[in-house]
Amino acid sequence: MTSSTMDRRAAVKKLLDARGDALVVTGLGSPSYDVHAAGDRDDNYYLWGAMGGAALVGLGLAQAQPGRQVMVITGDGEQLMAFGALATISVARPRNLDVIVLDNQHFGETGMQASHTGRGIAFDKVASSCGFAEAAELRTLDEVDSLCGRLRESAEGPRLFVLKISAENLPRSLPPRDAVEVKNRFRRHLGLATC
Amino acid sequence: MSAAEVISEDRDLATEWPIELYETLKSAGISQMSYVPDAGHSTLIRLFSADPDVVTNVLTTEEEGIAIAAGAWLGGKRGVVLMQSSGVGNCINMLSLPVHARIPLLVLVTMRGEWAEFNPWQVPMGQATESALKAIGVTVLRAESGPDLVETVAQAATMAFDADQQIAVLIGQRLLGRKKW
Repeated sequence: MTSSTMDRRAAVKKLLDARGDALVVTGLGSPSYDVHAAGDRDDNYYLWGAMGGAALVGLGLAQAQPGRQVMVITGDGEQLMAFGALATISVARPRNLDVIVLDNQHFGETGMQASHTGRGIAFDKVASSCGFAEAAELRTLDEVDSLCGRLRESAEGPRLFVLKISAENLPRSLPPRDAVEVKNRFRRHLGLATC
Repeated sequence: MSAAEVISEDRDLATEWPIELYETLKSAGISQMSYVPDAGHSTLIRLFSADPDVVTNVLTTEEEGIAIAAGAWLGGKRGVVLMQSSGVGNCINMLSLPVHARIPLLVLVTMRGEWAEFNPWQVPMGQATESALKAIGVTVLRAESGPDLVETVAQAATMAFDADQQIAVLIGQRLLGRKKW
């Protein structure tokens, strides 16, 4: 069994450099910091709470914007809180939704307690069992480079990729905490009315 | 449900409120509906599911619908979430998203545990539904008759989508009637 892991910021930067016009939703905690560290943008929607909501916000967004690719970047702990979401997303079968699980096998924000994913729970296998169109586990930045190419290809349904990352707390790169402002700039980016 | 029933002009809203409610929600621009089933929502679920202009999602737990509706609004669509009162408790932390981000939310809740209830397990959450929603910052409206419900939902949609409010409409168990076995 291989146990190599990759640097989370480098992996996320690669995904975002190759995002094109994809809309990005982030799960609370470090995934939000990773995406912000790669460059703050109006077409990012950062969650600071609502644990378990990231992939589902992504689903609603993907259904509302069928012509745009939606990329959710979240963590293992956040996705573990919404295990059933993978069933709901699979049944909804959006062809424009990619879920990236940054998996350090720990709850990093709360003292690095071990999570389920280091104890046999593999989200790529769960997603495959649910019926996702594509799912895989990646352990190196080279594999992320290849993934960036695959993500540009059209999909038959939702895709999920687990990126095994190093368990470390990097310096925080804090996105705006004003969720109304982040909402308004996101909708303005899409040409929608703001409040 | 036949097409003739749907277009009927002469409805008895005491019994045919679900059809009127469907048309009210469509008029309000709803194009996405997510649900955990309840008998009281069955006609609405059937009508929305048969509507090619509406995306429907069946949920594994109610809070999923709160996040999905928020995502839909970010992308420019109006959603509604259907659930039973027992599901409200599942939603509480997820409601911080629409409440804090001031994202429009419209939830229709069929009530249990408050009128001719035979199942005592429904009573604790049924009795806590309104106060739990208010505690997290959701505005709660309530209807006890078919005509009242249709009017309440119509104006709730205005409050939600034009005034960026988070609204739950409780559909009284008295309106829904005794559960038949």
